[in-house]
Amino acid sequence: MLFDSSSWIIAPIVLPLMAGLFCFLFTRGTFAISVVASIANLVTVVVLHRQLISFGPTRYVVGGWRVPLGITLRTDGPALLMLLMAAVTGVAITFYARGYFSFRIAEPKREGRHERQQRFFWPLWMMLLGSLNALFLSSDIFNLYVTLELVSVSAAALAALSGKPASQIAAFRYLLVSLLGSLSYLLGVVFIYKIHGVLDLDMLRMAASGGPALGAALALMTVGLLLKTALFPLHFWLPPAHANALAPVSAILSGLVVKGSFYLLFRLWFDVFPGVIATPALNLMGLLGAGAILWGSVQAIRQQRLKLLVAYSTVSQLGYLFVAFPLARLENGAGVWTAVTFMALAHACAKAAMFMAAGAIFLQVGHDRIRDLAGVRACLPVASLAYAVAGVNLMGLPPSGGFMAKWLLLTSSLASCRWWWGLVIMAGSLLAAIYVFRVVSRLFVIPAGEPLRACYPHSILLEWPALILALISLLLGFAAPYPLQLLDTAQSAMALFYGGLP
Amino acid sequence: MITNFLYSFCGLFVFFMGFFALIACSHPLRKILAVNVMSTGVFLILVAGAYRPASVGDIDPVPHAMVLTGIVVSVSVTALALILACRVQETSNLSLLRPKSINGREESED
Amino acid sequence: MTWQGWLLVSILLSSFLPGIIIFSLPEEKTGLRTTLNLLGSGTKIVLVLIMNIGIYLGYSYEIRLPLVPGVEILLNADPLSSLFATLSSVLWFLTTIYAVGYLEDSPNRSHFFGYFSLCVTVTIGISLAGNLVTFLLFYEMLTLTTYPLIIHRGTAQALRAGGNYLIYTLGGGSVFLFAVVWLQTITGPSDFAATGFAPHLLQTHAFSLKIIFLLLIMGVGVKAALVPLHGWLPQAMVAPAPVSALLHAVAVVKAGAFGIIRIILDVYGIENLTNLGLFPFLTAIASVTVLWGSIRALQQDDLKRRLAFSTVSQVSYIALGMSLADQSLAVMGGLVHLVHQGLMKITLFFCAGNIAETLGIHRISQMKGVARRMPLTMAAFTVGALGMIGIPPTIGFVSKWYLGLGCLDAGNWWLVTVLAVSSLLNAGYFLPIIITAWFRRQDAPWPEEHQFGRYETRLMLLVPPLITAFVVLFMGALANARFSPLAWVRFIVKGYGL
Repeated sequence: MLFDSSSWIIAPIVLPLMAGLFCFLFTRGTFAISVVASIANLVTVVVLHRQLISFGPTRYVVGGWRVPLGITLRTDGPALLMLLMAAVTGVAITFYARGYFSFRIAEPKREGRHERQQRFFWPLWMMLLGSLNALFLSSDIFNLYVTLELVSVSAAALAALSGKPASQIAAFRYLLVSLLGSLSYLLGVVFIYKIHGVLDLDMLRMAASGGPALGAALALMTVGLLLKTALFPLHFWLPPAHANALAPVSAILSGLVVKGSFYLLFRLWFDVFPGVIATPALNLMGLLGAGAILWGSVQAIRQQRLKLLVAYSTVSQLGYLFVAFPLARLENGAGVWTAVTFMALAHACAKAAMFMAAGAIFLQVGHDRIRDLAGVRACLPVASLAYAVAGVNLMGLPPSGGFMAKWLLLTSSLASCRWWWGLVIMAGSLLAAIYVFRVVSRLFVIPAGEPLRACYPHSILLEWPALILALISLLLGFAAPYPLQLLDTAQSAMALFYGGLP
Repeated sequence: MITNFLYSFCGLFVFFMGFFALIACSHPLRKILAVNVMSTGVFLILVAGAYRPASVGDIDPVPHAMVLTGIVVSVSVTALALILACRVQETSNLSLLRPKSINGREESED
Repeated sequence: MTWQGWLLVSILLSSFLPGIIIFSLPEEKTGLRTTLNLLGSGTKIVLVLIMNIGIYLGYSYEIRLPLVPGVEILLNADPLSSLFATLSSVLWFLTTIYAVGYLEDSPNRSHFFGYFSLCVTVTIGISLAGNLVTFLLFYEMLTLTTYPLIIHRGTAQALRAGGNYLIYTLGGGSVFLFAVVWLQTITGPSDFAATGFAPHLLQTHAFSLKIIFLLLIMGVGVKAALVPLHGWLPQAMVAPAPVSALLHAVAVVKAGAFGIIRIILDVYGIENLTNLGLFPFLTAIASVTVLWGSIRALQQDDLKRRLAFSTVSQVSYIALGMSLADQSLAVMGGLVHLVHQGLMKITLFFCAGNIAETLGIHRISQMKGVARRMPLTMAAFTVGALGMIGIPPTIGFVSKWYLGLGCLDAGNWWLVTVLAVSSLLNAGYFLPIIITAWFRRQDAPWPEEHQFGRYETRLMLLVPPLITAFVVLFMGALANARFSPLAWVRFIVKGYGL
């Protein structure tokens, strides 16, 4: 059967990379190529999901070169959920980018600018998507380094795309920070290779034994990945880079790219080396996560610019992912896996939707000063709604995916009598409510007696992808059984084979 | 074994030297060079690790493959960093990488 | 899914779908919007009635949607939920008519009516919730859907009030969530049931369960405006009159009160609570709220603010009745007051809105002689106010009578005094309004008079308060009839074995 073939696993990597190449070679039809590629990517991800449910986790040996020399790809629950996240968000971003770049204002200063940006956006975006997929599927720590670098390079180039000095400076810093992170990770990889002589994740899982050298290697890798994930207090590069990029790029960076390095970190800690990690290290992660939640929220509340606010909210939301660390080791740790996956999925959709809405507002209004945004709903009803709905997810109100994640985290924190993590989670939700409503109340209230805003014509693609993503994040709570089933399938099979997962 | 250790230690030293330069120097070109020095340090450790005493057998090929890949990655990343640095220099006469100039200003986007 | 399941879903959809369509309607399509609104609320009444008959005949209604372990969406209609659902759907119909008249010619109506419909959907959802998770889901959504209604006018004052409302309610929601999760880690996921959780837990977790009860009551107490969590309510008066009517009589405050009822009867169970010794605490809070609300109401000159503080006081009668849970008469008084207070308060708010809309009057000191200009409105207002004081034969008397009997049965003279004092205070702040309006001579021109055709005000503004005033007056006399709220409450109480 066609659908049973194990070669499907390379499609999410090859398709977008090919598309990126074609977008680079041809000047016309780049949008069509990207749409076809991102939809095909979604389809293959769905097929991989069906395969996982029918056959369980699988491995694919690239080019027939076996471990330890060759590279393997593998599918399991977490990887496929991340792929799904990237694929769904990716389709929406592709359509949105079309709406964004087709927005025209007849002004000499802006003439032709979007065409120039578009020329480089499509190839870079497709390459980024392909490398992210490769990151999620790879099963080899060195290969993971390569994908990390691919992601950073394309992300940094995308971040510089807007051409403004501020965005270029931010992109340059972003690139240097990513390089530092990758190199630190690479040094860790080298150490691990020196100790164990293998690079494959599964072999490492079996070989792993404690020891100071392995601890040092893990510490190096962790610091590098934390830098890329922008965990407080290493988040300094994120807000300028995300806020100054073009809106579709901000959506990609905030929604997807930070999840890549986080995913890798989580897998290393809890899938590959669960026995090596000491409890104080987990608590430290939780502490930093708590710091991120509170600090990011407070900073978001203080911002005057919409995109900076959304960027700081990313810093804060990433904190939730780390608060899960000290909880993941407990008896009901499986719930925490689900929570983390949910948080990542819901945040990807919601944050991408928020940046898309912010970008639409920026194009229409010409600025993003929060205090002057009153009554934007008159021009952009759908985008404003998308912003509000995505905000519901950030606040963690039901039935959003964010609520599900917070519920699971809260349950495990209270069940294990570690209620302080629960308190931090609640505090984060309340702070999130403040910064979300600070904007929403302005967007939605049309001041009485003032003339309505002048609206420029825009494509429906500028607004609807954002709303659809926001609704997905809102209704994700109802889809909860599916990821759970997927994680269960994967976990029971993995536990059978390796006994690794908690 | 001692030689191996010495090379590894040198590599580590080079890595942290680069790291220090990356933090301490403010000029973009120096930063880019610092990153290159760091990666060279890592490669040095890798290649040193590939060595096997003659009695054991051939040298380990995997680190060499890794170093080659690493060099390719490093070259392309350096190219991107250089072009970005040039762009920044062209479009602005701001002194680079001072956080104030990025965070505080209200920049229009497109 | 069975037909019962479909019925529950269509009860929710009957206001949800019109709401979604209304959002997308352009501002000018008044006719279509009104039709949709009335069609939706009419259908809802019919469906709720069918459900009531089914419940009376002993059918059970239930939909389950398991999400993750421990989280399950459960809609379940029992006699108690049908009490609240009926109240909501009937009053919603009237408020919709009123709102259509009230908002004629004002901007952003599609927006307003969209949220209005969503708001009724979640209120009905609260009434149908079959476990704490589902309750929480709708409870939080209620916050989100009422917020745009409160800030509808868009003034700085409205935004401030809205902000305060959010701080209170989202804070309360968080506390509630925390308590629900904590409770679940002790009792495991459980549905609402007449006995509450298993009594053996009391031996091992008594202290935690006490704290959780306090947290739960705090969570719902914010919306029920228990002192000292009532601060948002008087401020929220900046909203348009139909919204205030809705917040006070049906949606927000009642959702809080309904939550208290659910927690006492179905989550903890009366017996467990008696063993934990938590009722005196609730009695104390409720009594303080009853008295404090009345005292504050006395000091207000702004009509709507006085009504708001009166709500603070009156809603606590429900909590007061529930806190004497071993006395079936007191529980009946509390439960029936859920309906009765809604009817009376909505009448008062409709009338206050009419006076403000027609004559521009917002203060009681400006009301001299209003009754001559607007006799029908003031007649309705007077009936509502007399009901609040508890004068027979209004429905307000019925509630207070049962509450008083319950207190006497419990042998609690102290509470009887609280009731008597509060009735005196009620009279103290309502009678001056009535006297000013009927017996004082007009001494200044109305602040801002409008003429609306041949009646004293728009017909759509006049009819709803007249209908509710009529019910307030005659339902008291018919309290023993077979289909009065009191009869239904008796049916509910029987289900709990009291």
